[in-house]
Amino acid sequence: MIQLLWLIVALPVASALILAVLGSHLPRRVVAALGAGSIGVSAVITMLIATEYLSSPLAGQAYTEVLWNWINVAGFEPHVGFYLDALSLVMILVVTFVGFWIHLYSAEFMVHDEGYSRFFAYMNLFVASMLTLLLADNLLVLYVGWEGVGLCSYLLIGFWYRDPANGAAARKAFIVTRVGDTAMLLGLFLLFTSLGTLQIQDLMRQATEQWATGSWLAITAALLLLGGAVGKSAQLPLQVWLPDAMAGPTPTSALIHAATMVTAGVYLIARTHVLFALAPAAQFAVAIVGAATLLLAGCSALTQHDIKRILAYSTVSQIGYMFLALGVGAWSAAIFHFVTHAFFKALLFLGAGVIIEALHDEHSIFRMGGLRKELPVAFWTFLIGGSALAGLPFITAGFYSKDLIIWGAWSAAQGQPGFWIAGMIGALLTSLYTFRLILRVFFGPIQTPVSKRPGYLMTVPLLILAFFALVGGAMKEPLLAFVQSTLPKMVEVNAAGMTETLSEVVAMLVFLIGLSFAYLFHLQNRSLADAAVAHPTAHVVHSWWFADWGFDWLYDKLFVQPFSWVAEINKADFIDAFYTGIARLTEAMYRALQLTQTGLVRWYAAGLAFGSVVFLALVVWT
Amino acid sequence: MLEIPMRDGLILAGILFSLGVTGLLVRRNLILVLMSLEVMLNAAGLAFVVAGARWQQADGQIVFLFILAMAAAEVAIGLALVLQLYHEFKSLDADALSEMRGIA
Amino acid sequence: MRPHRSTFTVCFPETCMELAFYIAAAVAIISTALMLRDVNVVHALLYLIVSLLAVAVVFYVIGAPFVAALEVIIYAGAIVVLFVFVVMMLNLGEQAMTQEKGWLTPGIWFGPTLLAGVLLCEVAYLVVQGGGAQLEAGMVTPKQVGIVLFGPYLIGVELASMLLLAGLVGAYHLGVRTTKRMDV
Repeated sequence: MIQLLWLIVALPVASALILAVLGSHLPRRVVAALGAGSIGVSAVITMLIATEYLSSPLAGQAYTEVLWNWINVAGFEPHVGFYLDALSLVMILVVTFVGFWIHLYSAEFMVHDEGYSRFFAYMNLFVASMLTLLLADNLLVLYVGWEGVGLCSYLLIGFWYRDPANGAAARKAFIVTRVGDTAMLLGLFLLFTSLGTLQIQDLMRQATEQWATGSWLAITAALLLLGGAVGKSAQLPLQVWLPDAMAGPTPTSALIHAATMVTAGVYLIARTHVLFALAPAAQFAVAIVGAATLLLAGCSALTQHDIKRILAYSTVSQIGYMFLALGVGAWSAAIFHFVTHAFFKALLFLGAGVIIEALHDEHSIFRMGGLRKELPVAFWTFLIGGSALAGLPFITAGFYSKDLIIWGAWSAAQGQPGFWIAGMIGALLTSLYTFRLILRVFFGPIQTPVSKRPGYLMTVPLLILAFFALVGGAMKEPLLAFVQSTLPKMVEVNAAGMTETLSEVVAMLVFLIGLSFAYLFHLQNRSLADAAVAHPTAHVVHSWWFADWGFDWLYDKLFVQPFSWVAEINKADFIDAFYTGIARLTEAMYRALQLTQTGLVRWYAAGLAFGSVVFLALVVWT
Repeated sequence: MLEIPMRDGLILAGILFSLGVTGLLVRRNLILVLMSLEVMLNAAGLAFVVAGARWQQADGQIVFLFILAMAAAEVAIGLALVLQLYHEFKSLDADALSEMRGIA
Repeated sequence: MRPHRSTFTVCFPETCMELAFYIAAAVAIISTALMLRDVNVVHALLYLIVSLLAVAVVFYVIGAPFVAALEVIIYAGAIVVLFVFVVMMLNLGEQAMTQEKGWLTPGIWFGPTLLAGVLLCEVAYLVVQGGGAQLEAGMVTPKQVGIVLFGPYLIGVELASMLLLAGLVGAYHLGVRTTKRMDV
């Protein structure tokens, strides 16, 4: 069964190709069956492989499958191969499983869209690229998957291409992640030229042998890879693209920008953790990035009024938690949070999709209200997801995963108290904005009436994901133990002054504080919220946080405007002037020669005479 | 023995040829142009005959015969064309027939 | 080959033949030059005839009586006569002469004369450089010409006849249109 590893990737690819070529001619049912079915079969195969992997332990805890030789040039021989170990198994399980439910959901969500088959083709291609990325056994194949997900993200964000704003959002996403991709490519070059291989396992081994801890090569390589991860996972300073990426269809936001693509950076760092362990400065940078991002995004989420943007900022913030975990050395905690986050964030996005559809494309939470009775399934699942996000104690999976990270921020090898405080403040912000969202949308008076209720294909995924958001917590110990075959266990070092229980208690308190403040401002006395914002200083801060801490403005001033200025100057295209110059010279010569075409017989006779004179002169003088 | 050097005959041909070229370039009347052409052809034939006489062979005269045949055919068609042109344009000005100038 | 003297040369010494050559040459040149300058087309044609006759004399002097006869019969007697026919048919009149006078400005002679002059100089140079060979006193008889024509040059004769056929057909075809247009 494990030999069928390649099928997991091949099925979505095949489905994408068929849909791309024949999709517009197939009936909707077939398109949906093909699109969702391919992911479903991949998920089933993954689960079967997982059971086999768990029941019969493999040598070295990993399985490599080489598919074919890709390049063979002067000693550079990367092949296309897949590598299955605990880490990649966990990730592909999540991707295929959540992906399948999202595809099922979008079979109904997108049913009125004319680009139905195009959507499923893109989504399948995305899943195939993501799986390639996760299963890659060398960095080159990983990069192929990396680029593939970037491409599909672009295609899907700009899916409704007739609106130029969507195209602009797609371009922004692509260009910003491109910056990260370039850094990553430079990192690959550095790794290859110094260590001579791109096979991940060989790379890790050789790096430990050849590079001392803290050597500048290791730090540079790790920082470059971090650059790539930051771009793809929308962390500081490249987080500007994710909120705008909400222009795409909601299933896309759920799959790509919540559960899967944005975690590619987390996967990359986890995969190359040996490198980061060799470069403590880089690992510290990872933690700083994570901490700063989770605070920044949390503050921004608090001010947004578009339901999807709130969830987008929330995603940025939660991935910040994962980066924080990676940065302090709590590797498996990051993966655990990834798993739980995938479930509840996808759930939240799908729920938001239901709400938006039901209210006939209304996005602002300030125009929603009272949907508790109108959309009960959506309400309860959304509540479960939101509680998991905020960390409702004991019954939600998010509580366990986030707590593990915050505890690791204090106690792990590279942990600092500062990180713990940042994590706690982040948890407070999370609780605040989550319940602000829930209370505004589901409680209070109805402002926009419900015009459409979801069908089975949309509610069943919600229920399944909600189930996992609840029971995920039970998976904590088995999952951590499982993943530790690949990632080093989190070493608890600086336990002074804090125990895990104490940290959990503080987290619970923080949750309740957030809940109560949200209740106060957004349900009991809503005018308080307006008054708070109207206050001059608060208003400035609010606008600043609303505009994503001014990053868009900053990048516009630093990069976009100078570039436009240069492009404007070069409108005449001075490089091209050489070629147009040649063309114009030819034209001038043509016009000059045209003067000899007088049409007069005597003129032509004179030409003949002149020519013969010249010719004879040549004969005479030679 | 005749003491006419061949060179004199050829120079005579050359002079007549140059006069023909001058006439071709100067005159605008189509008939005069055709006449200048005849002068030029005649001069060329003269050169051939002179050369044939130098070697006392008939070849020079043969070529002159051919030139004569060619001139006759050319004049026949040329004059027919001149007549056509006169009926069309009512003038024998060579410069008036310059519609094929510039870009087609 | 034994130099064959015609009856003509018995009466006159050789120097007279040479004199005849140079005088005929001068006449040819002068009459051609006058032809170019004449405003009246018919006058120009007559000058042309004189020029052609002078050249015929030159042909006879250098021992080519056959082509001398051809020159007179065909060139002067058929081709130029054809010109005369056409000119008469066109019936140009006084207004054509004034037009010609207008065209022949003094300035117009400069360029062509220069060009032709240079051409002449080059040709003269090449001829002089070629070395001084003397024209022999013998005559190439029509019989010789005939034998060569029906021998090696047979194909040339056929081609020339085809050329004349083409000229005939072309001239007829072009002429037919003229007639039709006159009817309209």
